[in-house]
Amino acid sequence: MSLTLFIAVIVLIGTVPIAPLTVRYFGDRAPYLLGLVPAAIAVVLALAWQDVSAGETFGYSLAWIPGLDIAASWYLDGLTLTFALLVLGMGVLVLIYSRAYMAGEKDNGKFYAFLFLFMASMLGLALSDNIITMFIFWELTSISSYLLIGHKNTYESSRDSALQALIVTGAGGLALLAGLVALAIAAGTWEISEILQRVEVIYESPLAIPALILIAVGAFTKSAQAPFHFWLPNAMSAPTPVSAYLHSATMVKAGIFLLARLHPALNELWLWTPLLATVGGVTMLGAAWQATREKDLKRILAYSTVSSLGTMVFLLGLGHDSAVKAAVTLMLAHAFYKGALFMIAGGLDRQTGTRDISRLGGLRRAMPFTAATAALAAVSMAGLPPFFGYLGKETFFAATLSAGSLVVLLSLAAVVVSVLHFVVVGLVIFRPFTGSSTYEAKAPTDGPFTLWGPPMLLALLGLGVGIASPWIGSQTVGPAVNAIAGATVKSKLELWPGFGMVLLLSSLTFGLGAIAYKLQPNFHRVHLGWRFGGDSVFNWIIRSFLRVAVRLTMLIQNGQLSRYISIVVLFGTVLIFSAMFTGAAFRWPGETIVIRFHEVVIAGSVLVASVMAALTNSRLRAVAALGASGFGISTLFVFYGAPDLGMTQILVETLTVILLVSVFRFLPTTGTETSNRVHWRDAMVALAGGAAISVIALSAVATKPVDSITEFFRANSKSEANGLNVVNTILVDFRALDTFGEIAVLAAAAIGVIALLRLKPSKKGPQ
Amino acid sequence: MNSIMLMTTARLLIPLLLLFAVFLLARGHDAPGGGFIAGLVVATAIALHALAFDIKSARALVRVHPRILVGTGLLISLVSALPGYVAGSPLMTGVWVELSIGSGGVKLGTPLLFDLGVFLVVTGMVMISILWLAEEEGA
Repeated sequence: MSLTLFIAVIVLIGTVPIAPLTVRYFGDRAPYLLGLVPAAIAVVLALAWQDVSAGETFGYSLAWIPGLDIAASWYLDGLTLTFALLVLGMGVLVLIYSRAYMAGEKDNGKFYAFLFLFMASMLGLALSDNIITMFIFWELTSISSYLLIGHKNTYESSRDSALQALIVTGAGGLALLAGLVALAIAAGTWEISEILQRVEVIYESPLAIPALILIAVGAFTKSAQAPFHFWLPNAMSAPTPVSAYLHSATMVKAGIFLLARLHPALNELWLWTPLLATVGGVTMLGAAWQATREKDLKRILAYSTVSSLGTMVFLLGLGHDSAVKAAVTLMLAHAFYKGALFMIAGGLDRQTGTRDISRLGGLRRAMPFTAATAALAAVSMAGLPPFFGYLGKETFFAATLSAGSLVVLLSLAAVVVSVLHFVVVGLVIFRPFTGSSTYEAKAPTDGPFTLWGPPMLLALLGLGVGIASPWIGSQTVGPAVNAIAGATVKSKLELWPGFGMVLLLSSLTFGLGAIAYKLQPNFHRVHLGWRFGGDSVFNWIIRSFLRVAVRLTMLIQNGQLSRYISIVVLFGTVLIFSAMFTGAAFRWPGETIVIRFHEVVIAGSVLVASVMAALTNSRLRAVAALGASGFGISTLFVFYGAPDLGMTQILVETLTVILLVSVFRFLPTTGTETSNRVHWRDAMVALAGGAAISVIALSAVATKPVDSITEFFRANSKSEANGLNVVNTILVDFRALDTFGEIAVLAAAAIGVIALLRLKPSKKGPQ
Repeated sequence: MNSIMLMTTARLLIPLLLLFAVFLLARGHDAPGGGFIAGLVVATAIALHALAFDIKSARALVRVHPRILVGTGLLISLVSALPGYVAGSPLMTGVWVELSIGSGGVKLGTPLLFDLGVFLVVTGMVMISILWLAEEEGA
C-alpha cells in the first residue's frame, strides 16, 4: 500500500499528456476511458479502508532534495484517505458528466488535460507528508484552477475571473508558504506526520502564532473565507463540471483539509478558536444571506458553498471533538448534495439556455429526471431526514450546543445559517421546476443520461449514506475524525438523536425556513448597509497597483536608451560609494604597486581608445574605438591568468562591433547632435561611474582576501569535477545550476527578441 | 558588400573557425575553452559569412531556426542533470566514462553534455541577435 501512494500520483500526472490524445482518437467518448484511471486508483486506495479505520497509517518516502530536507513523502491516514477518495470519486462522476456537458465543445483535449492536472495535484496535496511537496501541489491546484476557470478564453469575463482567482489564491499561497516554513522551523521537521507529534515543542516556539496566522490566511483564500471569498462566485464563469468539481466539492475544501490536517498541532494555541470561529462565522452568515439575494443559479450555489465552507472553518475553530465530527460530516454531505446541484444547474443551463431563476419555471414535467435529482439533492441540503445533509445539520447543532459559554450565540448563528440555506433550497428547487411553464412551443428535455445520471447518483448516495448510517456506524466519518482529533472519538452518526435540544433546533429551522422562503421576494428591500462583496476593494488595489506601475515605468523607462544607462550607472555608483565609505571598506593600497611596462602600454591604449570613443562625432569611429578599448582589456585578462575570460571578452567585443555596425545602416545619418548641456551631464555620470569602479579596484588591490575560495577550486577541480580548467569546472560542475539559470535567462532573452520582431508591423501589414 | 579578399578569406577561415570551436568545446574541461566560448566562435564564423556574402546565405548555414538551437540546448543541459541522479547522487553530479583510443584517451561525461547545451544556447542566441535583429531593422 505504501508504494501505491506514490504510484497513484505519478499515474495521474502521467495521464495529463495522454488526455488530449485520447480526445483526439476517441472524441466525445474519451472521458469514459479517462475515467477508468481515477476509478482504478480509487478502488486500490479503498482497499486500505479497513486497515486505516482500524487506526493504521501508511507512509512512503523518496529522497528528492536531501540537502534541503525536501522529500517526496506520502502519508495515508483516515483524513487523507477520505479526502483522496472524495477527489477521485467526484473526479470520475465529473468526467462522466463532462461527456454530455462538454460534447461538441472545442478545445476538449486541453480541458481534460487541465482537469487531470488538477486531479493529480489535488491527490498529491491530499497524500503529501512533506510540507514543501504539499505546498507545490497546493500551488498546482491554484494554477490548474486558473486554467480551468479561464477555459472559455475568448470571453473577457472568464479571463478576468481566472486572473482574480489566481491572484487571490496565489497571494494566500505566499502567506501559506511562509507559515508552513515557520511551522517546520518551530517543530524542527518538514514531515507533517512528525510535526503532529511535536505539539509541545511548537507551543514553546515564538513562531507558533505567526505560523498559525499565515497558514490561516492561506487556507482562507483557498477556501473562500471572508474577506477573500469574492473570487469564488466570479469563478462560476468556468464550465459547470469545473464548478461542481473544483469550486464546490474539492479544491475549495483544500483550505479546510489543511486546517483539519494541522488541527492536532495548532488547535490549542489561544488564537485558533477566536480566529477560525470568527472568520468562519462571519463567512457562513454573510454568504448565506447573499445567496438568497442572487438570481443566477450558479451564483446562488456559489454563495451557499462559501457559506458551507464558512461553517466548516467555524466548526474546526470550535475544535472540540463533536465539532470536528460535524465538520467532517458536513464536508462529505456537502460534496454530495452541492456537487449534484451544480451539475443540475449546468444541465438546466445547457438545455434551456439560461440559469436565471426568474426566467426558469415549470420544468418538472419537461425535465422529470432533472427535477427528481434536484429534489433529492436539495432535500439533503435543507437537512431533512434521512439524508446525509440531515446528519450534517444535526452534528452542526450538536457541536454548537456543546460550545460552553457562548452556546446561545453560536446556536443562534447555526439556526440563522440553516434557515437561510432552507431559503436557498427553495430557490433552486421551486423556482425552476414548479409554477407555470414558460415554455410552450419547444419544451426543453432532460437531455442525455450522462447529463443527469451522475448528479442523480450523487443525490442517491446522499440518501443511501443517511439511511444506512445506523448500520455502517462510524465507518463514514470515523477514520477522518479520529485522524483530526488525534484520538479515537465516538463518531457514530445517529439518525434519531432522541428528544432534546438538537431536535428542537431542527424543527425550529424547518418552521422558520418555510416562513423565510415566503418572505424571500422582499429580501431585496432589506439593506444591511454592507454588501457581502469584496470585488470593489480587490479592483481598487489592482487599479492602484497598475497606476503606480505605469507612473514608475514612465519615470525610469521613458524609451530613451541614454536615460536607462544613466540610471543604472548612477544607481550603481551611489550603492558602491555608500557601501565603500559607510562600511569603511575603502583602503588605499599600502605598499607600492609595481607597474610593468606592458601594463602601461595596454592601459594607455585602452585610455586613448576610450577618450576617442567619447569625443568623436562619427558613430562608426566610436564603435571601433570602443572595440579597441575592449580588446585592450581582454589582453589584460590574458596577462593576469584568465585566458577563458580574455577569449570570451574578445569574442563578445567582436560580435558587438559587428552587431552595432550592421544596425547602424538603418539609422538616420543626421539628427545625432546633442546640446552641450546633455554632453556635460553625460560626462558627469560617466566620470562618477568610473570613479566608483576605481575605488573598488584600488580597495581590491589593498585587501588581501582572507578565505579565498580560489584555493578550494584549485585543489578540488581535478578530484571532484574531473577537470583541470578551474573556470570550466566551476561553470559546468561546481556551480552548474547557476549556469543553467544563466542559459535559461539567455533563452528568455531570445524569446524576447523573437517576440519583438514579430511585434513590429511589417510592410505587408500586420501578421 | 562584395570584396573578393574578404570572400576568399571567409571561405578559408569559416571551416577553420568551426573546427576550432569543436576543439574548444571538447577540451574546455581541462584547458581554456568551453561551451560558452565555442558558441561565440561559431557565432563569429556565421557573422563573418554574413559580412562577406549576405545575411540570407548566412542563415542557411544552420538548417534550423536558431530558436530551435536555444531550446535544444536548454533541454540537453537539463537532461545532463539526470544521469547523476539515476546513479544515486544528487542531481547534476558529473558522471564520467573514460575511453581509451590507441595511446591516448577520451573522457566523456555529463558535464561535457551540459557544456554542449550551453554551446547551443549561446550560438542560437547570438545568431538571433545578429542575423535576425540586424536584418529586420530595415526590412
